[in-house]
Amino acid sequence: MTASTPPTNGAPLDDVHAPVASSAPGGLVKSVVELDRVVIRLAGDSGDGMQLTGNRFTSETASFGNDLSTLPNFPAEIRAPTGTLPGVSSFQLHFADHDIMTPGDAPDVLVAMNPAALKSNLSDLPGGGLLILDSDEFTPRNLAKVGYATNPLEDGSLEGWQTVPVPLTSMTLDALADSGLGKKEAERSKNMFTLGLLSWMYHRPTEGTVRFLERQFRRKPEIAAANIAAFRAGYNYGETTEAFAVSYEIKPAPMDAGRYRNISGNQALALGIVAAGQRSGLPIFLGAYPITPASDILHELSKHKSFGVRTFQAEDEIAGIGAALGASFGGALGVTTTSGPGVALKAETIGLAVMTELPLLIVDVQRGGPSTGLPTKTEQSDLLQAMFGRNGEAPLPVIAPRSPGDCFDAAIEAVRIALTYRTPVMLLSDGYLANGAEPWAVPETATLPDLTGAVGFATGPNAASTDGTPEFHPYQRDPETLARAWAVPGTAGLQHRIGGLEKADGNGNISYDPANHDFMVRTRQAKIDGIAASIGPTDVEDPDGDARVAVIGWGSTYGPIGAACRRIRASGRSVAQIHLRHINPFPADLGEVLARYDRVVCPEMNLGQLALLLRAKYLVDVQSHTQVSGMPFRSAELAAVIQDAIDTTSTPAVPAGAAANGATL
Amino acid sequence: MTTLDTHVHDLGMPGNPISAAVAESVALSGEKRTELKAKDLKTDQEVRWCPGCGDYVILNAVQSFLPSLGIAREDMVIVSGIGCSSRFPYYMNTYGMHSIHGRAPAIATGLAASRPDLSVWVVTGDGDSLSIGGNHLIHALRRNVNMTILLFNNRIYGLTKGQYSPTSEVGKVTKSTPMGSIDAPFNPVSLALGADATFVGRAMDSDRKGLTDVLRQAAEHQGTSLVEIYQNCNIFNDGAFELLKDPTTGTQWSIPLEQGKPLVFGPDGAACVVKDDFGGLRIAETNQVDAADIVVHDATRENPAYAFALSRLSSQDLRYTPMGVFRSVQKPTYDGLMTEQLDTAKVQGNADLDALLSGGETWTVE
Repeated sequence: MTASTPPTNGAPLDDVHAPVASSAPGGLVKSVVELDRVVIRLAGDSGDGMQLTGNRFTSETASFGNDLSTLPNFPAEIRAPTGTLPGVSSFQLHFADHDIMTPGDAPDVLVAMNPAALKSNLSDLPGGGLLILDSDEFTPRNLAKVGYATNPLEDGSLEGWQTVPVPLTSMTLDALADSGLGKKEAERSKNMFTLGLLSWMYHRPTEGTVRFLERQFRRKPEIAAANIAAFRAGYNYGETTEAFAVSYEIKPAPMDAGRYRNISGNQALALGIVAAGQRSGLPIFLGAYPITPASDILHELSKHKSFGVRTFQAEDEIAGIGAALGASFGGALGVTTTSGPGVALKAETIGLAVMTELPLLIVDVQRGGPSTGLPTKTEQSDLLQAMFGRNGEAPLPVIAPRSPGDCFDAAIEAVRIALTYRTPVMLLSDGYLANGAEPWAVPETATLPDLTGAVGFATGPNAASTDGTPEFHPYQRDPETLARAWAVPGTAGLQHRIGGLEKADGNGNISYDPANHDFMVRTRQAKIDGIAASIGPTDVEDPDGDARVAVIGWGSTYGPIGAACRRIRASGRSVAQIHLRHINPFPADLGEVLARYDRVVCPEMNLGQLALLLRAKYLVDVQSHTQVSGMPFRSAELAAVIQDAIDTTSTPAVPAGAAANGATL
Repeated sequence: MTTLDTHVHDLGMPGNPISAAVAESVALSGEKRTELKAKDLKTDQEVRWCPGCGDYVILNAVQSFLPSLGIAREDMVIVSGIGCSSRFPYYMNTYGMHSIHGRAPAIATGLAASRPDLSVWVVTGDGDSLSIGGNHLIHALRRNVNMTILLFNNRIYGLTKGQYSPTSEVGKVTKSTPMGSIDAPFNPVSLALGADATFVGRAMDSDRKGLTDVLRQAAEHQGTSLVEIYQNCNIFNDGAFELLKDPTTGTQWSIPLEQGKPLVFGPDGAACVVKDDFGGLRIAETNQVDAADIVVHDATRENPAYAFALSRLSSQDLRYTPMGVFRSVQKPTYDGLMTEQLDTAKVQGNADLDALLSGGETWTVE
């Protein structure tokens, strides 16, 4: 998260332990160890409720005041066969008493609800880490399902970890013996038993979860009661068992004063869209087709009809954007939300939006590709699709949020550009941001940008015909922004026709004139390029001020790159972190900034798409570092790459980038 | 479809479908003029259909009859796709969008759903609406969005110079089917009724009176109206509807649909429509059946099976083609229901952005 103190050389590292033991409190002799951070991973079958458990633990942790970052990781199948490796779902939470930037490279604690969860996650748990297992699930049948020849609980293979087998299932059943629920139903509460145990272990407040369960199951009070009973039983088990002699305390993180909430990227994006509607005075019209991992934005926005938000679940991706564009033509703020495959389908309509020069927000929550790819995993591989995935010269602005909470601000910024410049805007989120969560400083509405000035519907003629009669020319442009006039249907005297055919400059009539086409193509490009004048200088973080190597990123790699840079600085080296929110157009000073460094490293979750753009535009020999595993970068690995870049960079008299770019220093 | 009354003075009140920003610019632009003449709907753009194209006749009919609806031209929007017919918006002095191939119903849906105060029209062709845009057409129809779809059916691809279309007959020889088409054609009326369209009609381009009559009913209908207009492409499929246009054969093979009247047609009323043994309809000779057995046309029958059975009387060679309104029933419109939900939500919860951003659980750092 980014709300607290900016990291400095002396800032605590993102993922280096500093445990401090403290004396045990009175009562039962159990010691309390103070930690500065911990990474917990919950893993189980898709049907075990790991995402819900993780989210609840996150909420408890957020309300306690820790900084946190989460990484849900689940299969695309809703319920793969029970107990199998493809059915494993996990949730990783990193929380700390200081500002952190990632969900953690590796867990300190792994909770495995069955052998499949153990098998698919154990390799990530460093030696000596705490391993909690549901011993009831280690039956010969379940072991055989995932190919364990012997029971790891008995064959000594888990000796390298602090392994604590706990009969989570049977203890849950015992706790619910009098609930009146059948065995199968009662078993389903074992996730709440586990949550109770972890809540004890990490001194989490429990009232929120009790309230949540009451609310969630208000129509099924017996289920609510069972879940609460299991949750309390797990908590009490922790307090009384000898299996856990230690509990842990992670103090709240110092954060800037203010009100905070926990928020995921998709939630923040949806709220940003509502806020943009309120701040521009335009009704929101969302046209969308369900697609992972973007559907939650549709779900969230469909709840906010009281704000005048219309949501339209279309028959397909094309209709989703078509309806949104139709609504924009009518004077609404058209929005469409999707993932990579949906953007491919929408390409032609995006081209129409470029040609008709109407405001439109296109949200691409990127996932693994190509084709159906990895629907529930993260990737940054749609950048070039966003930039160039249309026929003809069809430029559009591209912006990307850098953290879950930042999705809110990015949405408002995207709408500002769309309205001010009358253009479709592509916002590139990704699966990691969409489902990940962090504490977010709730902004005051009055402090949000006022977008009413960007609307400016035309209300009268803006030109004259050859004989002097006042006329409305839909392609008459604002001289500064090059935005065209936007007259909405219903406005008397301004009737006009727009469409996908090339327009004559000014009056907007169909034109096949060669010179006009050349002019219009260049004008549309110039309009998008001109947006750079409205965005700030490049965001560079170089606390030492003497870095010779810069790491440049965009989107969700901000956290892992930032954490890696902290490690580098802690080792006594200097490094600059450049992060791009605006990818098209780039900030005006970016070429100059890049030229300051001897070497520029560009980590991306694709095969080097930003690097390609930077090399093409600035002739800088960017060193591309890529990973397309469907998972975010680990900061330790990035730190190794950056350190290598620093240590092998000699200091030439003239920085290479400057020579190539011709920029002055 | 028709327009709802827009009251600019009760801005932000439940029931008002337009935003304050739109209402303000509409108010600033001056008084609405609803007394129009056909010439008020013409634009300065030169009409560029081939000389003799059936589209001219339809354009003239539409421009002549629209003023009678009493809708200001700035409140009308015509959205089209791609194809010869989709040039239509350029020739109408209303708001318009000449969009992309097949997508007009989707674009019009977003416009109509967010601006229920407008009169929204879609102009499309058989290739545009039944091939590339088939999905959008059926979904617009099932949702019952308040708009009128004019489907110009010339049974050919004209703009791409003469390939067979989804309504071309089996065996048709075209540039892309030198040995004859092997695709079974769609019957657009049957398709629309299969999607449970609330208003479906059919008219002939050259029949000014019949066309105007169906168009008027379509325009007045609340919900999605689909009008299939048989339109002659004199370049690539000339004479496609000659069987129905010819004064002699026309009366023999057309079945005029008149509300409340027995379905008797042909020279001297020799043919009629009766029920068949399987719950459908069949053609009979009038003098061979009991007068009481002749079906009386009623487009307001709730069950679409009747209208569907009517649509199946005709074959691909156009014999026994019913012309007129097949179905006209009332159902809530999509945009009306959407507006209602927004109003309900406004009454239930106040739109407090600060409260929304705070969400359920917050904590404060001093």
